[in-house]
Amino acid sequence: MIGFYRRLSANGVMGLNARNSRYIMPQNPRRFYRLVDNKVLCKERLLAHHVAAPVLLGEVSSQYDAGHLHKTLSGFTEFVIKPAAGSGGDGILVVTGRRDEYWLGGGGKLLSLGDIQYHVAGILAGMYSLGGQTDSAMIEALVHTDPLLREIAPEGVPDIRIIIYRGIPVMAMTRLPTRRSGGKANLHQGAIGAGINMLTGQTLSAVMNSSVVTVHPDTGTSVVGFQLPDWDNLLAIAARCYQAIPLGYMGVDLVIDKDHGPLVLEMNARPGLAIQIANSEGLAHRLAAIDRIEDPEQMTTEERLDCCQRLAEAGWSNQAS
Amino acid sequence: MFRFVHWLVLVALLIGAGIGVAVYKNQVLGYPLQPDMVEPTWIVQARIQITPDTGPVKVSLSLPVATPGMGQLRENFISRGYGLSTQHTNREREAVWAVRRASQPQSLYYQGVFYRDPVRTDFAPVPDFPPIPSLPEPYNTAMLAIVEDVRRQSADIESFTSELLARINSASPSEEMSLFVNSPDYRGQRVRIARTLLAGARIPTETVNGFPLSDVTRARPEQRLAVHTQQRWLFFDPASGQVGLPENFLVWWVGQRPPIDVEGATLVDLSWSIRRNELAALDLAEQRAVSQGAWHAPFSLLNLPVQAQSVYAVLLLVPIGAFIMALMRNVIGLPSFGTFMPVLIALAFRETGLLAGLLLFAFVVSIGLILRFYLAKLHLLLVPRLTAVLIIVVLLMVVLSLFSHRLGWEVGLSVGLFPMVILAMIIERMSIVWEERGPSDALMESAGSALIASLAFLAMTNPLVQHLSFVFPELMLVALGLTIMLGRYYGYRINELIRFRTLARKPA
Repeated sequence: MIGFYRRLSANGVMGLNARNSRYIMPQNPRRFYRLVDNKVLCKERLLAHHVAAPVLLGEVSSQYDAGHLHKTLSGFTEFVIKPAAGSGGDGILVVTGRRDEYWLGGGGKLLSLGDIQYHVAGILAGMYSLGGQTDSAMIEALVHTDPLLREIAPEGVPDIRIIIYRGIPVMAMTRLPTRRSGGKANLHQGAIGAGINMLTGQTLSAVMNSSVVTVHPDTGTSVVGFQLPDWDNLLAIAARCYQAIPLGYMGVDLVIDKDHGPLVLEMNARPGLAIQIANSEGLAHRLAAIDRIEDPEQMTTEERLDCCQRLAEAGWSNQAS
Repeated sequence: MFRFVHWLVLVALLIGAGIGVAVYKNQVLGYPLQPDMVEPTWIVQARIQITPDTGPVKVSLSLPVATPGMGQLRENFISRGYGLSTQHTNREREAVWAVRRASQPQSLYYQGVFYRDPVRTDFAPVPDFPPIPSLPEPYNTAMLAIVEDVRRQSADIESFTSELLARINSASPSEEMSLFVNSPDYRGQRVRIARTLLAGARIPTETVNGFPLSDVTRARPEQRLAVHTQQRWLFFDPASGQVGLPENFLVWWVGQRPPIDVEGATLVDLSWSIRRNELAALDLAEQRAVSQGAWHAPFSLLNLPVQAQSVYAVLLLVPIGAFIMALMRNVIGLPSFGTFMPVLIALAFRETGLLAGLLLFAFVVSIGLILRFYLAKLHLLLVPRLTAVLIIVVLLMVVLSLFSHRLGWEVGLSVGLFPMVILAMIIERMSIVWEERGPSDALMESAGSALIASLAFLAMTNPLVQHLSFVFPELMLVALGLTIMLGRYYGYRINELIRFRTLARKPA
């Protein structure tokens, strides 16, 4: 047990206690939390800094608005309803089309206006929000995943999580929904997590439910060694997110839309640790490499990307600075 | 670095203060560390029987003052019609009964309650050096010879006294010693001989009269020889020469003379009876504190009204449960609903017992969950739905109690003590987790909650934990210190060792 503990520590694996105490508490000022915890505010802030995000079609913040939902929704056939301050991907309703009176929900389920109103009311009452406070529901444009990604993610919306530490991208993974995860890009529910080579943007290794996999269980195609399109641009967008909301330790979730290109889906002030398993590498050594750089907060976005590249080339050892 | 030192000092202070006060209370004040501990106490009663003459009567009796290793809890005087006063000189205490006119034979009583008190070591103040007694010849020469001889064969006052007593008790005493032993003045009074001879060496001594405490109806006072070594008093058994007082020996009076003085009456009898009593160690400590007027006596929880006491007995257990909770969450990494919910469930388990509690908990939550899923179909808004779940929980509790009462299963009645609001919240929370993340997550979280609640329950119902937390509430400082210590545990949680097991390969 002790040896096991030591090996994890030597490999730089970060635990929840260490993440909270060493990185989140000192690096993430409380005042920025609401900017990421509330997705509407986050989106406004990102747009102000010219970072693309899925279009906000509308916001429902009162029971009265919910009563007039049919007016709000009348122009749209496909959209996503989310709690603005949701956590862990809970409370998301995906609508992909319309059949007369009904909307088409995830898995082809028919939804009446009442069903949608009920879901929105649940969101408004704070059913999915972090502390159970009342919340608002946001209606967002549906993301159409770039067909390039369909090779490794035949259904659902795969996303790319990039951890930004003091402005510099340190680790990334892509989350691929499976039939088991019900089309959700949620590792808890059985989505695949695949680590990404920070230099090339190729997937390195993949895990599903904490065990190593190499092929997608639904299709049998390899998920390892896949080249993500336009990787440098994805890194640049993630680094620009730091300009918008300077949280020292955060996760940026990106999706690639076939029409709009890379979009920032959301930002997370308490990103999970599963990314280490997906990359089969600990975070602590990489974070320490950045801590050895002087004042990374003062860099421009170009310098940050440069720095990320140099560190990645050097294998995140200290010669880089 | 500053923060680390600050933290370390705070933790050390809290834990040190908590343990320090507890140790003080245990060692000095005698608060027991174990529940249900009993301490012996002795009720010693002196009974004086007198037949008065015609005039006024005055009876004085020496009272126990200070015995090393013994303490006095309280005392009573029983003396109908007599005026009573007690006089305290620096090492003697006397009760004086007086009456102007008495006719019939009378009994006067004194009763004292004594307990063992290892902290008490005082006996009498440091005495002056006694003058060398001036004895008539040939005693004087004999004394000088014995002192000279014994001094040669001893190293210090203790060995001097031992040697001297050995000679007094010797079956074939030396010529000089026979003089004393066989003298009509000293015959049979070993202590007196020893004191005279020790005074010849200018060693301060005292005669000590007392009783070995045991159940006897007619106790005989025994004499001991006390010798002061300039640092402390040593006690010798004059017959065997053994050093030290026997265990549970109560000193009643000092000096050679009898302990009683009667004027205007004839002393018929003076007798002592001793009765051993068992007293709960906790009560004894309380009574001691009160009898000594200790500063902390008003601060004991045992002074509170009994109902308040039972409230605080439970209240003081909450930190224990909460600490276990913190340990489980931050070191083990068990998932649970809410932060302190398991502690509240554990409190409810106290009334139901563990197994019955878990069954009732599982029963109420699962029925509530089924009904909650049904309610979800009706599209109720959150707050009314929560209220509905709460009402259902209360209904379930009532129904369960009625049924179990009918079946003679009285444990079911205690379901009413479950925190129903908490149960309603668990049902709501569990149903969301169930829908959003699947049954396995929901069951994991509830199993984690139940496990933490069970562990907290086991700790909180441990008789030793209950006793310590109530009698030594300062141990809460230790719990606080440990919690603050835990707050800087930045290492892996046990469940993370499993979660990240694939990353534990040998470093390159």
